[in-house]
Amino acid sequence: MYNLETLKELALTVPEYNSIVDKLEREPNELELGLFGALWSEHCGYKHTKKLLRNIKSTSKLTITNAGEENAGAINIGDGKAIVMKIESHNHPSAIEPYEGAATGIGGIVRDIFAMGARPIALLNSLRFSNLENVKNLEIAKGVVRGISGYGNCLGIPNIGGECFFDSCYESNPLVNAMCVGIVDTDKILSAKAEKPGDLLLLVGAETGRDGIHGASGLASQNFEETTELRSAVQVGNPFLEKLLIEACLEISSLKGLVGMQDCGAAGITSAAIEMAKRSNLGISIDVSKVPTREKMMTPYEIMLSESQERMLLAVTPNEEKEIFEVFDKWDLKCAIIGEFIEGNDASVYNKNNLLSKTPINILTEAPEYDLEKIIVDFKPKKHSFTLEKKYISFEKQIIDKYLNKIINSNNIVSKKSIFQKYDHHVQTNTVIEPGQDAAVIRIKGTEKMLLFSCDGNSRYCHVDPKTGAEISIAEACRNVSVMGGNPIAITDGLNFGDPTTPRGAYELIETFKGFSTACEKFDIPIISGNASLFNEGHDSSIYPTPIIGVMGIMNKKNKIPSLGFDKIGDSVGLLGKKFWGSTKGLSGSEFQNIISNNSKGELSFDIDYEIVLQKQIRTLVDNNLLESAHDTSLGGIIVALIKACNFNNLGVEINKLLPEDWAPAMFGEDQSRVIFSFQSKNKGKISKVLAGFDWEEIGIVTSKDIIFKNITFETDNLLKSYNKGFSTKL
Amino acid sequence: MKIGIVVFPGTWSDRDTFYALSEVIKIESEYIWHKDQSLNNCDFIILPGGFSYGDYLRTGAIASFSPIMEKVIEFSKQGGAVLGICNGFQILCESNLLPGILIKNKNLDFICERSFLKVNNQSIYSDQYKQNEIINIPISHGEGNFQLDKYNLDKLEEEERIIFRYSSETGDETEIYNPNGSVNNIAGIVNSKGNVLGMMPHPEKASEKILGGEDGKRIFTSIIENISQNV
Repeated sequence: MYNLETLKELALTVPEYNSIVDKLEREPNELELGLFGALWSEHCGYKHTKKLLRNIKSTSKLTITNAGEENAGAINIGDGKAIVMKIESHNHPSAIEPYEGAATGIGGIVRDIFAMGARPIALLNSLRFSNLENVKNLEIAKGVVRGISGYGNCLGIPNIGGECFFDSCYESNPLVNAMCVGIVDTDKILSAKAEKPGDLLLLVGAETGRDGIHGASGLASQNFEETTELRSAVQVGNPFLEKLLIEACLEISSLKGLVGMQDCGAAGITSAAIEMAKRSNLGISIDVSKVPTREKMMTPYEIMLSESQERMLLAVTPNEEKEIFEVFDKWDLKCAIIGEFIEGNDASVYNKNNLLSKTPINILTEAPEYDLEKIIVDFKPKKHSFTLEKKYISFEKQIIDKYLNKIINSNNIVSKKSIFQKYDHHVQTNTVIEPGQDAAVIRIKGTEKMLLFSCDGNSRYCHVDPKTGAEISIAEACRNVSVMGGNPIAITDGLNFGDPTTPRGAYELIETFKGFSTACEKFDIPIISGNASLFNEGHDSSIYPTPIIGVMGIMNKKNKIPSLGFDKIGDSVGLLGKKFWGSTKGLSGSEFQNIISNNSKGELSFDIDYEIVLQKQIRTLVDNNLLESAHDTSLGGIIVALIKACNFNNLGVEINKLLPEDWAPAMFGEDQSRVIFSFQSKNKGKISKVLAGFDWEEIGIVTSKDIIFKNITFETDNLLKSYNKGFSTKL
Repeated sequence: MKIGIVVFPGTWSDRDTFYALSEVIKIESEYIWHKDQSLNNCDFIILPGGFSYGDYLRTGAIASFSPIMEKVIEFSKQGGAVLGICNGFQILCESNLLPGILIKNKNLDFICERSFLKVNNQSIYSDQYKQNEIINIPISHGEGNFQLDKYNLDKLEEEERIIFRYSSETGDETEIYNPNGSVNNIAGIVNSKGNVLGMMPHPEKASEKILGGEDGKRIFTSIIENISQNV
C-alpha cells in the first residue's frame, strides 16, 4: 500500500498511483515507485503538455529529427551540416541555489547537444527576475549570472546573446532558460538508441552521488511553496569534467563501437536508460552494483534516481568497447558497463545477482496524459480594460521628460552590457555580431553561411492575452533575425507556466499553444525542440505565462548585416510599417503601463499576416545591400528604438513629424510591426522599388546629436548616459 | 617551420589558435597532447587559453607540472620561442618562465571585452607593429590581474620587457582603461632573453576582419618571420 507522504515526495497523485497498480496488476515495490515518480514526472512525462504539443508544426523540409524523439532537434543547413538546438529551463534549482542552479542548467543543455554528436558552438539565455531593489532578488540575479559565466566560460562555448527582464511576477519564481546550439555533419548525427539485444550500457563521467534525488519529480513538478527546504535536490556542477566529456564523447562519436548516446539529466540513470530502451524497442537490464559511486552505502534507489551532473550513457557494441575505453582513459574519465539492452519490454534492476525490480517499459514510459480542456470548461478569463489618465495627455515638456527618463532608466530597457561582459562571446572565433543587438550572428567555418540567433519572449503581452502574446513572441523573435537579414528557419521553445491543474494555468497553456500553432503555420517555421517548466508558483502568486522563443535564421556571408544603430550623419531614416507613432492599445502590457501602474492589462492588437510580409520586405532590402541600419521597435516604443539607434554610434536624428498631443501612447506604445532603418540617400530609388505597394516612408535624417521632432527636442547626452550606465544596482 | 599548440585538459583556445595559424595565416601547425614526451620538432610552441585542469588550486598551477611542461621549459631555456595566451600566460608564470603572478580581476568578475593595447615593438613578437601603435584585441578572463614586486617591476620597465599595456583607443593609460587592475597596465611581457611572451589578450580571436578586426594577427606573423629567418 502507498503512503501519502511518499507519493507527495514523488509528486504522484493517488489516482496516478491507482493507475500504476491497475496497469501492473500488482503494487509497485519501493524502487519501482521511485522509477514511476521520475518517469511520470511533469519534467519527463509531459503530462499536461503532451496533448497540446501534438498540434504544433514540428517539421519542415529541413528538419532531420522529430521533436521530442531525441535529446534535441536537428535541422539541415546545407553543405552537409546540421544544426542541433534546444532550450532548457532550470528555474526551480536556480531559485533555491542561484549559482549552481544556473550553472548546472548550462551543463544539462550542453549535454543534450553533444549527445547528438554535435559540437556545442553557442549558448544563449533568457533570464527573468523580480525587481532588483529587493536584496534577495538581487542576490538571485547575481548568482544566476555568475553561475552561467562560471560554467559556460570554462567550457569554451561562446554565450552570444539572450535577454534579461524584470517583473514582480517573478518574485518567488525566477526563470533561467538556457539555449545551446551545436553543429554536426548530417551523416554523423547520433541517436539516443541501442541497435540490438546485447548492446552494452556504458556510464561515463562523474561518480554517482546522493545529489539531486527527486529533482525531476520534487523540484520540477510541484509548486514552490512546498519545496524550499529540499536543498539537497540541487546538484553541484563541475564544468571542467563536462569539458572533458564533450571532447571525449565527440572523439568517440565516429568510432565503430558507438551505437547511441544519451545525456543523464533529470531523473538520472532511470530516465536516461529506460528512455533509450524505449526508443530502441528493447528491454534493459541494469546492475546498480556496477555504478561507480561517490559515497559509500548508497541504496539502489539512490543510485537509480541520483541526478549527479556530468554523466552520459552510451550504447556500445559488445567486444568493440576497447577503443572507447581508450579514449575515455586518454581524457582521464571514469566509465563502467552498468547493464545491457535485452530482448523484450522489461526494465530490470539488479544489485549483483539480486533482481530488485522488473517492470514493463511501456507502462513506465506511458505517463498519464491530462486533457486541459476539461479543466477550463467553466473558466472565463478576467478582462481588465485600460484607459490612460488625463495627466498623460497634457503636453508639457517637463512631464514628458520625466517619463522618458523613467523609461530609459528602467532595468528592462537599459544596456545589458554588464551581463554580457561576464560571458565569453568570442571563443571559437565565429562571432560576427556580439550580444546586445537584435540578434547574434556567427559564421559557419568552411561554408558561405552565417547563422543568426535570438532568444526572446514577452510575458506581459502573454498575461494580457496568451494567444496573441504567443503569436507576438514568435513574430518578434523572427523579426529580430529578419531585421539583420536572416531567414528564420527553426524554433526551440521554453515554456514557463504556472500550475496547469488550475483553470487559469490550463487556460494560459491552451491559448499559448493556439498562438504557437497559428504563428508556426503562417511563418512556415517548425518548433524542433523545447522544454516545459510548469508549476512556477508559490506564495499566492503565479508567474505570467512566459513562453521563450529561441529562433535560428540563416543568411549568406556576402550580405552586409545592417547595424542596430545609425551609421553616418546625413543618412536618410525610414520607417517600415503602417504608423510611426504608437497607440493607446499599444500600451497594453507595455513598459510604460508598468511604470505608471505596476500592472499589465488591456487588449493586444496584432496582424500576423502583415508582419510576415513586413519581415520579407526587410530581408529583401538586406539581400540587396540597401540598408546601413535596421532595428525593430519593441519594448519602450518608438522613442526607445530611436534612442538605441542613436546610441550605437553616438549620433542623433531629426524626424519630420510632430509629436502628437497624446504623447504617451505615441512615444511609448509598443505597437507591433514597425522597423526603423537608415540608408544612403542615393539608394532611395532602389528601396522604393523593393518596397513598392508596401507601407513605408522616409521620416528623417541622421544628425550628430539629439532626437529632434518638429515641435520638441530630446537631448541625447543624458538619455544615452542613462542607457549606458546599465542596471540600477550593480549586478 | 612548424608550430606546436599544447593541449591540456580544459584548454579551449587550441582550436581557435590552430584555425588562425593553419587557415588564416596558412602555416603548418599541430596539437601537442599534455601527456606527450616530446615537442615533435616544432619550432615555436604556443600554450593556448582555457581552463587547464579546471583552474583548480590556482590558474595554471597544475598544468605547470604536466609532463609536457618539462619539455617546454627545456625548449625555452635553449632559446626556443614560447607564447602563452591567457591561461598560457598563467602557466608560464607558474612555471617561472616569466616573473609575476595573475590574480583575480580587480572587480572580482570575469571580463570579456575588446581591449585596446599600446604596443612596445622591441620584441620578436611585436616588431611588425609601429612603436606605441594602439591595437584592439579581445580579453576573456577572470584572473588577469598581473602583479609583481617593485624591484622586479622596475627591472621589467628598465629592460623594456613590457610589450603590451592596456590603454584607451587614443593611448591614454589612466586607470579607467585598465580592465583588470594589472600593475602598470601590463597586458603582456617577455622574459629577459625575449624568447618567451605571455599575454592575457587573445590574438587568435582578432585575426580576421569578419570577427571585427585582425590586429592580433601580426603577433603571429612577427614571430613566424623572425623564426623563419633563423631556421
